[in-house]
Amino acid sequence: MAMENLKYRFDGGKPISGETAIVGVLGSGNLEVLVEPARLDGACEIEVSTAARGFGTIWQAVMKDFFARHHAGDIRISVNDAGATPAIVSLRLDQAIETFKGNHK
Amino acid sequence: MTSSYYESTARARIAGLLDANSFHEWLPAAERVTSPHLATLEQPAAFDDGVVVGKGSIAGKKIFIAAQEGGFMGGAVGEVHGAKIVGMLERAVRDQPAAVLLLLETGGVRLQEANAGLIAVSEVMRAILSARAAGVPVIVAIGGQYGCFGGMGIAARCATAIIISEEGRLGLSGPEVIETARGVEEYDSRDRALVWRTVGGKHRYLLGECDTIVPDSMEAFRNAIIASIENGDDWSLQALEREQQLLGDRLQRFGDCRDSRDIWRKLGWPDPDAIAMMDNDEFVAAAQKRCAKQTIKAP
Amino acid sequence: MIYPAEKIWDHDRQRRNRKLERAASAMGGTLRDKVVSSEMAVQLLESVIEPGDRVCLEGNNQKQADFLAQALTRVDPAKVNKLHMLQSVLALPEHLDLYESGIAEQVDFSFSGPQGGRLARMVGKGQIRIGAIHTYLELFSRYFIDLTPHVALVAAQSADAQGNLYTGPNTEDTPAIIEATAFKNGIVIAQVNEMVDKVPRVDIPGDWVNFVIPSPRPHYIEPLFTRDPAQISEIQVLMAMMAIKGIYAGYGVQRLNHGIGFDTAAIELLLPTYAESLGLKGKICSHWALNPHPAMIPAIEAGFVKSIHSFGSELGMENYIAARPDVFFTGPDGTMRSNRAFSQAAGHYACDMFIGSTLQIDMEGNSSTATLDRISGFGGASNMGADAAGRRHASPGWLKAGEQRRIHNPGIPRGRKLVVQMVETFREHMHPAFVPRLDAWKLAEFANMPIPPVMIYGDDVTHILTEEGIANLLLCANAEEREQAIRGVAGYTEMGLGRDLRMVENLRDRGVIQRAEDLGIDKRDATRDLLAARSVKDLVRASGGLYQPPVRFRNW
Repeated sequence: MAMENLKYRFDGGKPISGETAIVGVLGSGNLEVLVEPARLDGACEIEVSTAARGFGTIWQAVMKDFFARHHAGDIRISVNDAGATPAIVSLRLDQAIETFKGNHK
Repeated sequence: MTSSYYESTARARIAGLLDANSFHEWLPAAERVTSPHLATLEQPAAFDDGVVVGKGSIAGKKIFIAAQEGGFMGGAVGEVHGAKIVGMLERAVRDQPAAVLLLLETGGVRLQEANAGLIAVSEVMRAILSARAAGVPVIVAIGGQYGCFGGMGIAARCATAIIISEEGRLGLSGPEVIETARGVEEYDSRDRALVWRTVGGKHRYLLGECDTIVPDSMEAFRNAIIASIENGDDWSLQALEREQQLLGDRLQRFGDCRDSRDIWRKLGWPDPDAIAMMDNDEFVAAAQKRCAKQTIKAP
Repeated sequence: MIYPAEKIWDHDRQRRNRKLERAASAMGGTLRDKVVSSEMAVQLLESVIEPGDRVCLEGNNQKQADFLAQALTRVDPAKVNKLHMLQSVLALPEHLDLYESGIAEQVDFSFSGPQGGRLARMVGKGQIRIGAIHTYLELFSRYFIDLTPHVALVAAQSADAQGNLYTGPNTEDTPAIIEATAFKNGIVIAQVNEMVDKVPRVDIPGDWVNFVIPSPRPHYIEPLFTRDPAQISEIQVLMAMMAIKGIYAGYGVQRLNHGIGFDTAAIELLLPTYAESLGLKGKICSHWALNPHPAMIPAIEAGFVKSIHSFGSELGMENYIAARPDVFFTGPDGTMRSNRAFSQAAGHYACDMFIGSTLQIDMEGNSSTATLDRISGFGGASNMGADAAGRRHASPGWLKAGEQRRIHNPGIPRGRKLVVQMVETFREHMHPAFVPRLDAWKLAEFANMPIPPVMIYGDDVTHILTEEGIANLLLCANAEEREQAIRGVAGYTEMGLGRDLRMVENLRDRGVIQRAEDLGIDKRDATRDLLAARSVKDLVRASGGLYQPPVRFRNW
C-alpha cells in the first residue's frame, strides 16, 4: 500500500501564535494533525501523507476552505491520514487550530 | 473532553490523570521519531509511533509515564515504540521518580516489525524489573478498548501493581488468536460475554492478577494510581513466595474448571451470572471474601 | 337466466383437500392432531406442495422460518419444482439454494439483506427470475390480490396440539401471510420452538393452521436494530443536533418513524440530553412507529415517549418491553405484540415524519441502496418515506410542511409529510453519498428490471441533512434551485464541489439551506458526551437491568 504525499501552501494569512499541538489518532478512518509555529511570512504550509490515494482534488478543496475559515498564517500543518472523510478532516483541523491557540473546548 | 478512560486517547488519558499542566513529553510528535520499518513497507507511521512518554506529577508526586495509543495499529509494540518505553524506564532508574505509570493498551508485538518488536517487548519486561529493583514502583493501568495482550500482558504482570476497569482485558493470546489456533468450539471470540468473563477486569481481579478494579472514569483511575503509589512496592523474597503460593493454590483449586463461572462458584459466589452486571462498588464489596487472595489455602 | 349445472366453484378447495389427504396418508400414524414430527417435515412438504405452487416462506426482517427453509431445500426436485416463492426477506443461504436445484424458479420479495450479492450473481446467470421487488405493504397487498400463497411456511414461538400459535413479541409478518393463505384455500405449516398445553395468548387461531412442526432448534432471530452507542461518531452527534433543532423542533414533530442506522440512533440518544436542554420534552417525539430500539431506552426513561408500535421485536428487549406496557403494545400475557403490516400502515398514514439514511442520492433527490453487485431491495423505508396522498387528518408539522410547499406550488390547502434523508457526504472508504446517476440504473439494465430500483423518490423527499447542513427542498422554487440546494449540502463530493456558489449563498440567505451555525449550533459542542448512553452497558443501566443485550454486544 503506497502512500500519497500532498503539499499545499496558502499565502496572506494572519500570523497566529501558539504552541505545537497534535490532535487525532492515525487509526482507520481517522487522522492525526500536527500544528507547529513556523516563520513563513504569513503563509500556512500543509503536508499530507495519506494511505488513500487519488483524492488530491478533495484535499485541495478541504484545505482551501480550512484556510478561508481561519486565515491562520505562520504555521506548518502536518497530517497523517488513514482514510478519514472530509468531514472528519475538517473537524480535526479546526480542533488542531483551537488547541494550538490554547482554547480547545 | 470525555471523562471515560475507555474512550480517551493516550494523550487525553495523560491530560486527565496527571496534575494540570504538569506533563512534559520526551520525543514529542514534532520530533517525528517514527518507525523506519513502516516507512520501508510504505505504511502510515504515526508521529509518536503510538506511544507517548514523559514526566509529570500526580497529586504533587513526580512520576514518569508512558501511554500506548490503541487507535494506532492496536497499540502494537514496534522497535521505536518499545525503545521509548525502555528509555523512560531506564531514566527512572537514574532519576528516581516516585513511580512509573504505564497506561497499557496493546495487542502485543507489531507484526510488521517482527524480531525488532519481539526484542522490544522483552526489553520492556527487563526494564520494568530494573526500575523496581532500583526502588521505583511501576504502576500499570488497563482500561482501553484493545485490552493488554501478548508479550505486554506478561510485561504488565512484571509491574508492582495493576489497576484495571471492568472493560479492561488482560491476557496472553487475544480471543481471536485462540479461536484461530484452537477452533471456535474451544473459544468463540464473538461471544463477548465469554471473552470478558475470561480475560475481563472482574475475572482478573478475582484471580488476584490485578490489584485494584475501578469504574471507567478518569477520576477513578487517578485516585487508584495515587493510592497505589502510596502503597509502595513490596519486592521482598516473602512477597515473591506468597505470589508463588497463590499460583500453586490456583492451579490446584481451579485446574479442572472449564469456565470462569466454575471458578467463581468455587470462590464462593452463590450466583456467578450476577457478577457481570454488578456495578463496581457492589462488586468490590462482595469480592472482599470471594477472591483468590482472600481464600488462598495453605499448601 | 340459466346457470350451467356442471360449473365447479371450488376447484381450489378440492385441490387443498386432496393435498391434505395425501399428507394424512404420508404422515400415517405419526400425526398427532396437527403436530408433525421434525423428521417428517420433508415428506409433509412433498405431499402438500405441487409443482408451480406459490409458496410463501416466512423470512422477516428478524424472525426466520429457518427449519422449514432447510426442509424445503431437501425435497425431491422431481416431485416439487418450479415453485414461485414469496418472501418478505431473502436472508438465509437456503433461500437461494432452492433455485440452484430447480425446486423454485421465481421469486417476489421485498428485501434481500445479506444475500443481496449472491442474488445479483444468480440473476446474472439466469438461475433465478425476479417477479418484482416490492415494498413491504405492497407485497402483503399482493398476497390478497394476485399473489395469494398456495402454501405458507411460517414460524412461531409456541403452539398447542390444535394449532393455536403464540408468535410472541416477534409476530411481524405472520398474521398477514396466514390471513391471505388460510382464507383462500391455502395450507399453513408452522415451525414452532416449543409445544405447550396452552399457548400464553392466541396470536393465530388454530383453525387457520394446518400443521405445526416442533423445530429441533429455536428459529433464528437477527438483532437488526441494536446499534452500539460506542460506535456513534462526533459527526453523527453534530448531525443529530442539527436534526433536532432544525427539523424536529422547527416542525414540532410528534409522530414519527426512524431508520435503523447510527445517524438516527444518535438522535434517539440526544433526546434526553440535547433536546431536553432545548425544552423540547413533550413537544416532539411522543408517538412512534418503530421497532424497540435499545437506543430508545434513555428517551423512554426520561419520559419523552408516550407510545411505540412495532413492526417486530428486538432480541434482549423482551423484559424491558413487558415492564413498560404504557409505552409498548403488549398482550394480556404481558409480552409484546408486533405486526409489520399494521405498523407499516401506521408509519405511512399516522406519522408526520420519516427520517433515515441511504447509500446514494442523485441530483433530483432520488435515493437508493442498490449497487451494481447487490440487489438489496426496499423493505419498509419506501412506505415510510413517501408522502401519504391518502391522508386527510391535520397536525401542526404536516400543515407547516404543506404551507412551505405551497409557496412555489400554489393549490388547494393540504399538508405534507416530512421525509428526511440523513447522510454523511462520504461513507467509509470515501464512497460518496451524492452521485450524478444512481447505481440503480445500471442494476436495472443488468437485471432487466422495468424501472430502476429507487428506494425513496426525490419528489417525496422534503429535507436532506448532511454534516454540511440541511437542505429544505419544500422551499425550492424550481428544479434548478432544488439541484443547487442538494449540491449545497453535498460537501466535498463531486456533486458538492460542482455547486453554483452564488446560488447556494442565495439559498442560504433564504433559509433553504441551513448550516450548523445558522441554527445556532457550535460544532465544538458536538461531542460524544452529549449521548445519553455511550455504551451498551449504559443502556442496560438505563433500563434498570431489564434490557439483556445479545452477547455479541457486550464488553463486560
